[in-house]
Amino acid sequence: MIRTLPGSRGYMLGYRVYIALFYLFLFAPLAITCILAFNDSNFPSLPWKGFTLEWFTADTLERVGIFHDQNNLKSIWVSFQTAFFVSLLSLLVGTMGAFLFEQEQFRFKQGLYFLALTPLVIPGVILGISLLLAANSAGLFVEERLGIDLALLRPSFWLVVLGQFSFITTFVLLVVSARLRKFDPTLEEAALNLGASRLDVIRLIVIPFLKPALIGAGAVAFLMSFENFNTTLFLVGSDTTLPINLYLQVRDGSTPVINAISFLLIVGTSLLAVTNLLLSGQTTKA
Amino acid sequence: MRRETKIGLYIFLAPVLMWLLLLIVVPHIDLFIMSLRGEDDLGEAIWTLDNYHSFFSERIYWLTFARTATYALLVTLLTFLITFPVAFYITKVVHRRYSAFLTILLLMPFWVSELVRVYGWMILLRESGVINHLLLGMGLLEQPVELLYNDVSMVMGLVYTSMLFMAVPLISSLEGMDDNLIEAAHDLGASKLTIFLRIVIPYAAPGITSGAIVVFMLTLGNYLTPNLMGGKNSLWFTEQIYNQFIASFNWNQGAAFGFLLLLLSSLIIWAGLRLSRQDLGRALT
Amino acid sequence: MDVVLEIRELVRRFDTMVAVDNVSLEVQEGSFFSILGPSGCGKTTLLRMIAGFQEPTSGVIRIRGKDMRGIPPNRRPVNLVFQNLALFPMMDVAGNIAFGLKRKRLAAAEIGRRVESILERVGLADYGAKQVGQLSGGQKQRVAIARALVLEPSILLLDEPLGALDLKLREQMKIELKKLQSEVGTTFIYITHDQSEALVMSDRVAVMNAGRLEQVGPPRALYDSPASCFVAGFVGESNQFPAQIEEQEEKQIRVRTDTGLQLQATPMQPMERPECRLFIRPESIILQPEESLSGINRFTLQVKTILFDGSNTKVLATVGESEREIMVSLPQNRQFAHIGPGDRITAGVYIDACRCYPVHA
Repeated sequence: MIRTLPGSRGYMLGYRVYIALFYLFLFAPLAITCILAFNDSNFPSLPWKGFTLEWFTADTLERVGIFHDQNNLKSIWVSFQTAFFVSLLSLLVGTMGAFLFEQEQFRFKQGLYFLALTPLVIPGVILGISLLLAANSAGLFVEERLGIDLALLRPSFWLVVLGQFSFITTFVLLVVSARLRKFDPTLEEAALNLGASRLDVIRLIVIPFLKPALIGAGAVAFLMSFENFNTTLFLVGSDTTLPINLYLQVRDGSTPVINAISFLLIVGTSLLAVTNLLLSGQTTKA
Repeated sequence: MRRETKIGLYIFLAPVLMWLLLLIVVPHIDLFIMSLRGEDDLGEAIWTLDNYHSFFSERIYWLTFARTATYALLVTLLTFLITFPVAFYITKVVHRRYSAFLTILLLMPFWVSELVRVYGWMILLRESGVINHLLLGMGLLEQPVELLYNDVSMVMGLVYTSMLFMAVPLISSLEGMDDNLIEAAHDLGASKLTIFLRIVIPYAAPGITSGAIVVFMLTLGNYLTPNLMGGKNSLWFTEQIYNQFIASFNWNQGAAFGFLLLLLSSLIIWAGLRLSRQDLGRALT
Repeated sequence: MDVVLEIRELVRRFDTMVAVDNVSLEVQEGSFFSILGPSGCGKTTLLRMIAGFQEPTSGVIRIRGKDMRGIPPNRRPVNLVFQNLALFPMMDVAGNIAFGLKRKRLAAAEIGRRVESILERVGLADYGAKQVGQLSGGQKQRVAIARALVLEPSILLLDEPLGALDLKLREQMKIELKKLQSEVGTTFIYITHDQSEALVMSDRVAVMNAGRLEQVGPPRALYDSPASCFVAGFVGESNQFPAQIEEQEEKQIRVRTDTGLQLQATPMQPMERPECRLFIRPESIILQPEESLSGINRFTLQVKTILFDGSNTKVLATVGESEREIMVSLPQNRQFAHIGPGDRITAGVYIDACRCYPVHA
């Protein structure tokens, strides 16, 4: 049943078949989505009607490939911008949080730490609606008292950024904290002993030490933001992000363009994931 | 030196407090307040418990709520049953050389957006989908059958989406388990079943709890999968919330629903943590 | 010679515990000075106060006459070789060594020159571009020492740097460190719990116990005339017996051990009460002493077993009719190669090799 205790042949065979079926189950939907992105048919379904790149490149009245699909291209761009700002902000605040909870002592630290973890266990939908409500209340307040209509407080690009930031920061905090906990404080003492200032210590010792965690957390924050649906759903304004835009299209019927977008997403995220894995593998070895 | 650290504390504390107060605490208090607001017959804003009252009086609301909770528990259980043998295989059975590869392979699909994964299932399962096409082609079916839009397809989709969050904690807790424990149990004459029930499962218990908590929470709060893969009659509670907010524009009612969902998920997580004697920080990392 | 480090009545308290208790000492310029003591005796706290990572509760630390109170660790003319070495994993060997020089804002060419010369000095001439992870234990050791020495500190502090090495390498590094110190002439203050490290390398050793200094002196003085019961037990090997004083003269006492053996012994401290502790080194016991020798205690040993260890072979025997075991070094000249378990053999020990210390109740 384990490596050193092999089971009977029938048992091992059954086990292997189960594992094979599991991985088939895991990859079937992705594989079929990718394959049908190249099918020369107007519907994302079989039969196979021949290979085509038209769902990427075409720009005719009948077929508009993703590279010419202004609507989807725009939402991809919106998602990129959102993900950029979210990962930047959450990396900044999450890292500060990691320093706060790992290296500082203050009253109510335990309570605040608990609070900082909660965003990960609050359903995304709830985060979305409560932020929507709060922004709306704040907007009404500002409008009544100051007579200013703040666009920021209505469903909009920045509200989406804030909503995603609110829980992705917790994720960054956890990743960076885990790395910071492994930091050997004698390295800091050694640097001080060799004449470094506190700023030198942070710049030359602590940040380089955290770098793999910062890169990893940044990449995952980017992906989490890029793919977020639940929270975004309630906060999105006229700038729809890609997941929301795709959802609207999938709900109302589908074309192979969605397969083409999915294909690009699958390839893109896999590349990002693999480079991230390789990078983190390298640094843990060194 | 002491003064420096004091300044450092405030530099780190300020943004963290801003984040947690403005984006987490205040909005959730607002959610609660909104759920207690309503309008009287004259259209004046008043304090009221009507929103909660209507939840209990309208059958469809609390039925959806109970259905969502039950299905979420079912999905958590199924996810565990399906994932556990895989996690065990990866960590204990397969040659070490392939462990890392299989783990990475397991993680890959989950880097891709949930929407893409659900979409993949849709083109597989629907009436004009790939599976129907293959079954017809093999002569196993006379007529195409709608495999999508029912409770089974929805539960399957939810399990599929949740597997990663069960697999990762299971793998990491089983990785920490010394093979000698199993060898010793075997040597002492235990059967496979006894070894699993008395040795492996208790050892993996912390991983199982954290996996179960996260899967339950994510399933409860899922919107996409039930919406796109479930049937017209298999309403999920998040859809009720969405309907109140976006379709009916009844924000007070929606807030009450949201608060109830938050309450339920917190309660289950709290119970899970109590039962397994873990704290939130350990369960999440 | 000049005093490079002067410590006066140094005290450090943690909550209720006193880690360093009224310590005073002086270290001579250019010497190899060790602080020897069991773990938890306060030696690391003492070292961290010299380095500036901890402030004393009271007392004075002066380096080359300058009071160090309030001076942060990065401004002190001392450098530290850490117990775990604390090499920066994010830099290569040259980067580690250049770290301190860069903080002094020396010119790049000058830094390069100094890094190269110190690497040569520690026998790692072509290792500058290597990553820290590629080095062996002994090489890491040398990089850590080079990194500190390159700054030409007034004092180099070493915090049990050989602890992580295996035995063979440790023996080799002991000799290397000693040689290195006499070549560069920097004052070394070496913290260790290993008495052999301290004895082999040092010019002077301070033995520390429970926050206090028990004795400060050259290694031979510690070995030959331990000033306290603790030093006698901690430095070198000894047979120890609880004993009672039966008769007391000025420079000699008559004691009876717990197992009834009666011996003439030398009191090392004033004896106020009859309870005492007797120490006899294994190599001071003479096998088959000649009848003509005077001033020795004589007794018979019954051999239980031979503990063969090359040049360090010992006999484990019982004394007289008692069950009390005693270790005796075997002379190297195979004269006693024939003895085996069960043999009875006469033995003797000089009175001044039987050292007695009062026991603190």
